[in-house]
Amino acid sequence: MTEQSYPPNLVTDAVDGVRKRHRKEIRFRLLGLSAILASLGFLVFFIASIVTTGYGAFVKTVVLVDVDLTLDSLGLEDGYTPKDLEEISYRTVARNAIRDMFPEVSGRSARRELTGLLGAGAEFELKDFVLKNPDLVGAPQSFWMTASDDFDLFNKGGAREETATQLSSQQKDWYRSLLRDSRVKTTFNASFLTASDSRDPELAGVWGAIKGSFFALGICLLLSFTVGVLAAIYLEEFAPKNRWTSLLEVNINNLAAVPSITYGLLGLAIFLGIFGLPRSASLVGGMVLALMTLPTIIISSRVSLQAVPPSIREAALGIGASHIQAVFHHVVPLALPGMLTGTIIGMARALGETAPLLMIGMVAFIADAPASVLDPASALPVQVYLWADSPERAFAEKTAGAILVLLAFLVAMNMAAVVLRKRFEKRW
Amino acid sequence: MVIAMTQEMQASKIPQTGEEPATDRPKIHASCVHVSYSGRSAIKNVDLDIRANSVTALIGPSGCGKTTFLRCLNRMNDIIDGCEVRGNIQLDGEDIYAPGVDTVVLRRRIGMVFQKPNPFPKSIYENVAYGPRIHGLASKGRALDGIVESSLKRAGLWDEVKDRLDAPATGLSGGQQQRLCIARAIAIEPDVILMDEPCSALDPIATARIEELIDELKQNFTIIIVTHSMQQAARVSQYTAFFHMGELVEEGETKVIFTNPKDPRTQAYVTGRIG
Repeated sequence: MTEQSYPPNLVTDAVDGVRKRHRKEIRFRLLGLSAILASLGFLVFFIASIVTTGYGAFVKTVVLVDVDLTLDSLGLEDGYTPKDLEEISYRTVARNAIRDMFPEVSGRSARRELTGLLGAGAEFELKDFVLKNPDLVGAPQSFWMTASDDFDLFNKGGAREETATQLSSQQKDWYRSLLRDSRVKTTFNASFLTASDSRDPELAGVWGAIKGSFFALGICLLLSFTVGVLAAIYLEEFAPKNRWTSLLEVNINNLAAVPSITYGLLGLAIFLGIFGLPRSASLVGGMVLALMTLPTIIISSRVSLQAVPPSIREAALGIGASHIQAVFHHVVPLALPGMLTGTIIGMARALGETAPLLMIGMVAFIADAPASVLDPASALPVQVYLWADSPERAFAEKTAGAILVLLAFLVAMNMAAVVLRKRFEKRW
Repeated sequence: MVIAMTQEMQASKIPQTGEEPATDRPKIHASCVHVSYSGRSAIKNVDLDIRANSVTALIGPSGCGKTTFLRCLNRMNDIIDGCEVRGNIQLDGEDIYAPGVDTVVLRRRIGMVFQKPNPFPKSIYENVAYGPRIHGLASKGRALDGIVESSLKRAGLWDEVKDRLDAPATGLSGGQQQRLCIARAIAIEPDVILMDEPCSALDPIATARIEELIDELKQNFTIIIVTHSMQQAARVSQYTAFFHMGELVEEGETKVIFTNPKDPRTQAYVTGRIG
């Protein structure tokens, strides 16, 4: 090899086949990049469509109504007691208020259409307002009241014709005149997060479902984390390695892949059928979800126990720690971040699970938030499923809104998993 | 070769004339030790006596069974599935494989230092304090501080770490970590310390420090060291045992093994022709 021939030998073209190998690499990189871009595109499309639909659930249309709160119209006399305030027919007061704003309207059906502008909860809003501010009684007041769902959709849809097929042309005219007087506005819809399910879309909220999910997940975490982690520690550190334990391992791996509705059937047969636990209760929901999450937690806990270097076990045993001391003083603390991560990912999966809950009756319409784990409850994904099934158009945005709430919880849980891992992770 | 043979015969006739005081009973007495892993024999028919307060080196090519034998002495092989130990091993005349022997008590008396430094991923203080704490030598406070300090001093690490006892042990250099592991082993005051190639992961300077340390420690402890380096065996040990293919080929005083071996295999190994 002479000096002159040295440089050309290092140029790619000079060597046969090298260029081909490089082309292969470039092709592979491009494929990988396009796969990433495609999945990102799907994700962005998914999030964007849910956010644009679900945004409406977090705002609501309110109408400024002049309410005549004089004693006369409330049917009160001087020297009324707070108890009297509770017994007023606020329904009539609210109806009269909106009718007084359009005195020209007459006829039974026209008046019904007019009162239809206000939401089904208008009378309760009015009642709450009066009970909270009893000193305002005695004079006419202006008061923002929640509009009905059709009116709400029409307003949020930019008053386009196709958004309000349910409204008559007369109702649309009233809307325009209210809008001219600046009596219509959209505000933050706090009741979507604080109210429970309702047949009326403008009153429906996710609070009951959040609470039900919270109860069910709490039960699930309690059962599946303790049982799962202890089972994993026993299988990995103490159990003899023989045919039975490997059979057990195969079965646990298989259970992780069993369709979740099967666990619902199991829960229906055992928890409801044999133990006689209450139907639709979040206790049973949590137990069923725990059964479903258990294999995931056992597998991830075993993997993180396996990842602890054997030298740590030997070090502890070598200075005379007993087996259980070596495991609980040294191995488990090192495996804990992985166990926690696996648990949170299992919990996130349980949070999004609907099928097993359907089987144990957590799919019913439940208008009150559960007060305990034994009360009938709903869950967030079940709420999504129920609303998606409802005929009222306004439930479409409620459905998307509930999905957004669910996604927010899932993101929060996954971030907690990352933070836990970062905080407790130790290097060796 | 003939001269070597006669010298060897003379050496074998002289009973234990080293610098070490000859004791009547060996610290550890092993006879007819067989070890097999899932039926595959690893060492067979090993008879070896370990003398107290001395350094015994186990040498031999890779896979010859020296580490296996070492791990029999504190029953670390118990945790390996399918490992079967037969024969008789006595510590101060007591059979360590007798039924009812508690490995916790045994390992309290026979400490171990491993090939790769394996400090716990905790603070330096915690690493040394863990042993005394679980064995109830001292639970906390000044008594424990005293044990930690004296152990680190005896391991020659005190001056380097005294200002950062709460720092993670994994942040130390490899040589410091290994001395920490030695400090951890001596903190529980064992009788015997087993060392499994303690310097194989270290550079020559760190190795030299560990060797000095071994030399100091032999006043208080009986040390058994597995090593691949014949120079190291020659430098630190008073007695050497040569293993080959699962058999104990030859044992005796280190200078005899290195200068005047009986067995041609030992001769070949120590002169570097095999292994």
